Amino acid sequence: MALDSKIPEGPIQDKWTDYKNKINLVNPANKRHIDIIVVGTGLAGGSAAATLAELGYNVKAFAYQDSPRRAHSIAAQGGINAAKNYQGDGDSTYRLFYDTVKGGDYRSREANVYRLAEVSGNIIDQCVAQGVPFARDYGGLLDNRSFGGVLVSRTFYAKGQTGQQLLLGAYSAMNRQIARGKIEMFNRHEMLDVVIVDGKARGIIARNLITGEIERHSAHAVVVATGGYGNVYFLSTNAMGSNVTASWKIHKKGAYFANPCYTQIHPTCIPRSGDYQSKLTLMSESLRNDGRIWVPAKLEDAKAIREGKKKPTDLSEEERDYYLERRYPAFGNLVPRDVASRAAKERCDAGFGVNATGEAVYLDFADAITRYGTEQAKIHNISNPSKAKIYELGKAIVEAKYGNLFQMYEKIVDENPYETPMMIYPAVHYTMGGVWVDYNLMTTVPGLYCIGEANFSDHGANRLGASALMQGLADGYFVLPYTIGDYLADDIRTGKISTDSAEFEAAEKEVKDRIEFFINNKGTKSVDYFHKKLGKVMWDKCGMSRNEKGLKEAIEEIKAIREEFWKEVKVPGDANEMNPELEKAGRVADFLELGELFAKDALVREESAGGHFREEYQTPEGEAKRRKEFQYVSAWEYVGEPSEAILHKEPLEYENIEVKERSYK
Amino acid sequence: MNLTLKIWRQKDSKTKGQMVDYKVTDISEHMSFLEMMDVLNEQLFAQGEEPVAFDHDCREGICGMCSMYINGEAHGPDRGITTCQLHMRMFNDGDTITIEPFRAAAFPVIKDLVVDRSAFDRIQQAGGYISVNTSGNTQDANSIPISKHAADEAMDAATCIGCGACVASCKNSSAMLFVGAKVSQYALLPQGQVEAADRVKNMVAQMDLEGFGNCTNTGACEVECPKGISLENIARMNRELLKASI
Amino acid sequence: MALSAIFLMIFLIIHLAINFLSVFSPGLFNEASHFMGTNPLIQFGLQPVLLVGVLFHFIMGFVLEIKNKKARSTAYVKNNGAANSSWVSRNMIWSGAAILAFLALHFYDFWAPEINIKYFKGDMSGLLNPADVNSDFRYYQELVHKFADPVRVIAYVVAFVFLALHLLHGFASAFQSMGVSSIRKKQIQMGAKIYSIVLPLGFIFIAVYHYFNH
Repeated sequence: MALDSKIPEGPIQDKWTDYKNKINLVNPANKRHIDIIVVGTGLAGGSAAATLAELGYNVKAFAYQDSPRRAHSIAAQGGINAAKNYQGDGDSTYRLFYDTVKGGDYRSREANVYRLAEVSGNIIDQCVAQGVPFARDYGGLLDNRSFGGVLVSRTFYAKGQTGQQLLLGAYSAMNRQIARGKIEMFNRHEMLDVVIVDGKARGIIARNLITGEIERHSAHAVVVATGGYGNVYFLSTNAMGSNVTASWKIHKKGAYFANPCYTQIHPTCIPRSGDYQSKLTLMSESLRNDGRIWVPAKLEDAKAIREGKKKPTDLSEEERDYYLERRYPAFGNLVPRDVASRAAKERCDAGFGVNATGEAVYLDFADAITRYGTEQAKIHNISNPSKAKIYELGKAIVEAKYGNLFQMYEKIVDENPYETPMMIYPAVHYTMGGVWVDYNLMTTVPGLYCIGEANFSDHGANRLGASALMQGLADGYFVLPYTIGDYLADDIRTGKISTDSAEFEAAEKEVKDRIEFFINNKGTKSVDYFHKKLGKVMWDKCGMSRNEKGLKEAIEEIKAIREEFWKEVKVPGDANEMNPELEKAGRVADFLELGELFAKDALVREESAGGHFREEYQTPEGEAKRRKEFQYVSAWEYVGEPSEAILHKEPLEYENIEVKERSYK
Repeated sequence: MNLTLKIWRQKDSKTKGQMVDYKVTDISEHMSFLEMMDVLNEQLFAQGEEPVAFDHDCREGICGMCSMYINGEAHGPDRGITTCQLHMRMFNDGDTITIEPFRAAAFPVIKDLVVDRSAFDRIQQAGGYISVNTSGNTQDANSIPISKHAADEAMDAATCIGCGACVASCKNSSAMLFVGAKVSQYALLPQGQVEAADRVKNMVAQMDLEGFGNCTNTGACEVECPKGISLENIARMNRELLKASI
Repeated sequence: MALSAIFLMIFLIIHLAINFLSVFSPGLFNEASHFMGTNPLIQFGLQPVLLVGVLFHFIMGFVLEIKNKKARSTAYVKNNGAANSSWVSRNMIWSGAAILAFLALHFYDFWAPEINIKYFKGDMSGLLNPADVNSDFRYYQELVHKFADPVRVIAYVVAFVFLALHLLHGFASAFQSMGVSSIRKKQIQMGAKIYSIVLPLGFIFIAVYHYFNH
């Protein structure tokens, strides 16, 4: 099937408005007779469910958590971008559009990104009306901060808990509709398959995670909003339950999967402390404004530190390697996320890593404390201040800026970062790739939609800070509710979809058979054993930098792990009860297939772009090298095995923006 | 370190549960409490026993899913954290740790340490929202200035993660801190004023219907709350309720 | 609960004030007691209100306790209440029960005989010897007589210790329940400390004073 992105004609700034004016609508009386299933209740799914219910559709919403409020959108800290230009610093829809496309390394779809920028302002209006307590200045107006390398202040925030507050806003809008009976909420339910009837998505098969019951749910359209697949790496900053299952199941039923290899790896996370580690914690990127990143210059010092024989403070300036300042004198410690991450990995791979696992570098605030201390001494007219005085004054400033982060670090690591340098290491935290969707956010299966992080559409090869929340809410509040009407307008005479059809029967049987297999398989190894093994291959060979040899090996290794999984996996407990191991088994089975497609996508993409760095394609200075011939979206069609997936290309054209190189030297 | 764990095991909501003793060895002090539970579960898996079911998700203290009552305290002995942020260095080698589910009649046990907190959702559905459509036709965000003080205070109330530690810690299983926080967030903002009276009355009525106990102001909730939600929110809710009733 | 509590706390102040007169001036004490005991507005207006207040406070206390107990059907195997709340706040029902037991004694000592003399025997004179109009009022004598018994004095002292414990939590709690803002938290807590220590101490002082001085 050829890809049709359905981008409307006309100048970019008019596309969305003109399109909205012309698409089909469903009249209010008919909306009552139309059912929509929304899977996932994060920012995208929650906002979509609430808005669709307000419009009058009957919504059934599904979440694997015990409440919609717990979706992982809640963990986003920094903020949400919007082109409001409240600061009068030259921001505009075009500038937000430009920054997002450029930040995405020219691998996103112009029309979608422009629409995103266009509706961004509305998101803020909407959230304020809902009672989201955004930070304000003393005049009572909304405050902004600047974020991640853009030239304007356009990030709205609610303390360090913006994601939480926005999600609670969407959750409250959902609650209002649940109370009205317009949303039927299914907590602790996991979608295990989509049901396609006559080529259209007409329902899902879901498992009640409390009773283990397999349920059939029908609807006129299905919306998948189940987030990203970062947990394919086992360790990531995603929630433990975050998974690819819904996206992968729809992929297997006909939805193309786009750019799986685009992964964002965040440089400032708290490192792993041992093999038992279950999850990684992100520290705000803002720390790099004042911290200096280094590793020991000599291998023997690194070894001594790992063995606990030396402390970082024992090393003199000459014995330290401030490798970012050395390699990127212009940007130093403030190079973009992908560059900083790769450089840390390079040093640790070379044996200079510092904690027991050898996978950590130092982020040192000693200089910042001295610098601020000296500055403060001058301000307070203290002549010849003692070292202790300088330290005291400097520490106060650092504490005011980063106190809560330092405290969080100390709780986890049990080291005082004012006295000994912090340890950091990169970690997976967002996936730009996802289910391919057209301008309407519809997948290649009619009636099947995909929104939020689960789709691929807006961030290209790299996402800018504070843009994930923007995209989730834009999709759910302002885009999908319009575009889905265009499709559903043809369904007003369809009537209720029966769940007794052969298609539902078949899908349910498939799901039940798989669960039966897991419960009855006489294996010896736990699900986590395979997940960790997969994660290691993904991290080593499909992580921050990739090469042809490694990717080919990864494909073979993942295939081998998958085969072993299906032979050796053991799931304790029963199918008809709450069974967390069974839930994990299904999710890991899907990760094991996605992982292979991921590696294949990375292998085919013979260029470096954003979160995808191929060692073969770098500039002489070691920077990412984009190639014009790869200016397309890779959309994969499932045909049986991940290795046999068929590649469809959606060419990317940039008519409103000039494609440029990035350099940070 | 080596530990003895006394854990509540219960097959499902209908079966009677009991405390069962387990031993875990070689626990690193750098582990989080839930990672220690992972180790226990691996051990149980190896012995052919069923792992302990417990709720958890983000493991960074924000989703509110984890919910253990550890050595007689919600989220264990540390302050300002959830169970997933509790680290094993808070314990000593040889300790016996008692782990129970959050207990309240309104939070029935589903399995082992997993409880049903949907009562919280139903309280929110009774009025924990501002009735505004998500149409995009709302007025400009800056058209209603809100004093920084009120916005900050509303934010402090809104940081509640809905974990239920307040209910679990309260000797009366009262949900007043949770409800008070939500009522306060909207009471402090101009957007929520139009329906303020109905909101507080409906939410409190639903809270009582769910079978939560009454507040006797012991203050245990405030101490155990991972987000430090203040008792002032309860006083504010009481004021709002008084105002709404008169 | 909070409203009845505040009403009772005001009553206790008046009660203490009148009792204190017995220390300074038996005559004044007798006058006040007679006024309180015979004034129809107080006897038929305030006294029933007070009785209802007391009854309400106790009955509601027990009802709430039962309801609150029901809100947790399965108790914790291990509960460390001391980690997050004070003993007094968790045991209001016990300090309350002790006060109730004291009230029974107190009613038996003073209120029941008083009602008996006034309304059953019909003697509204308040005199030691109703036949002799020049005899003294009986109130002071009765008071002194009661506090001659060391067991009774000890019982009173113990009861007032429980009252102090009850008030240590109850005073501030009543204000919190009525929604008084924590802007005044410091003042309320200070007030709670002063009230809940000084007031029971006053009562104890009176009992002990009369025991040792007569």
